[in-house]
Amino acid sequence: MESMLHITTLHYLVLGAALFLLGVIGVLTRRNVVIVLMSIELILNAVNLNLVAFSRMWGGLHGQIFSIFVITDAAAEAAVGLGILIAFFRNKETVNIDEVNLLKW
Amino acid sequence: MLIGGILVITQKNPVHSALALIVTLLAQASIYLMLYAPFVAGVQIILYAGGIMVLFLFVIMLVSIEQSMKERQFNSQWVVGTIAAVALGGLFIAVYEKGKNIFPNRALSIVENNNTQRVAVLLYGQYMFAFEIASLLLLVAIIGAVVMAKKRI
Repeated sequence: MESMLHITTLHYLVLGAALFLLGVIGVLTRRNVVIVLMSIELILNAVNLNLVAFSRMWGGLHGQIFSIFVITDAAAEAAVGLGILIAFFRNKETVNIDEVNLLKW
Repeated sequence: MLIGGILVITQKNPVHSALALIVTLLAQASIYLMLYAPFVAGVQIILYAGGIMVLFLFVIMLVSIEQSMKERQFNSQWVVGTIAAVALGGLFIAVYEKGKNIFPNRALSIVENNNTQRVAVLLYGQYMFAFEIASLLLLVAIIGAVVMAKKRI
């Protein structure tokens, strides 16, 4: 009973790093634009987890308020990103990221 | 939560991927509860799982997915992408090994249960300016999303 494993801040940080890695893999390897946007939401969630874990460690609530603002910002960016996706789909009729190559040399 | 994350990036159907992301967000809200942050957990469930994911599902519905489900799923640069992600993982492991001793290994203190009041005092007191700027940002995002998705400007 003395060697009980406490859930320290480090465990939360490792979990946040793992989520961040999953989000980065999703952004870099998927072809569907919607899934890329969802992986960006995963990355933002990992950052939020880091912020709230540090806020718990230091005792003040500044990390939690920052994470509320990050959630608000993620909502705004998801809305605009999906609007761009709709405009793009109206032109090209595909949700393939490899087709976004008008600016390619 | 990690299983939900893996399911998000590997599912073929985007609707399955969105449902896996909802599961991940709900698990994240429960981790916020473990961190004694009930207000952030409530905001996460209401805004993220109840607002943003519904928006995603609407757009998936509007954008036709039968064509995209027949093609191959991983894009043309998945090798380089995976190598870059593994390199990033190696960087994370290096940072972990170097700095893991600076965190105290004891249980953290028990907090009292007036979290929402304290968040409100800070948010409307010290962070009032950021609050107003966030509302301005949301206004700009609404205008931008409506203009981007209109048929004729």
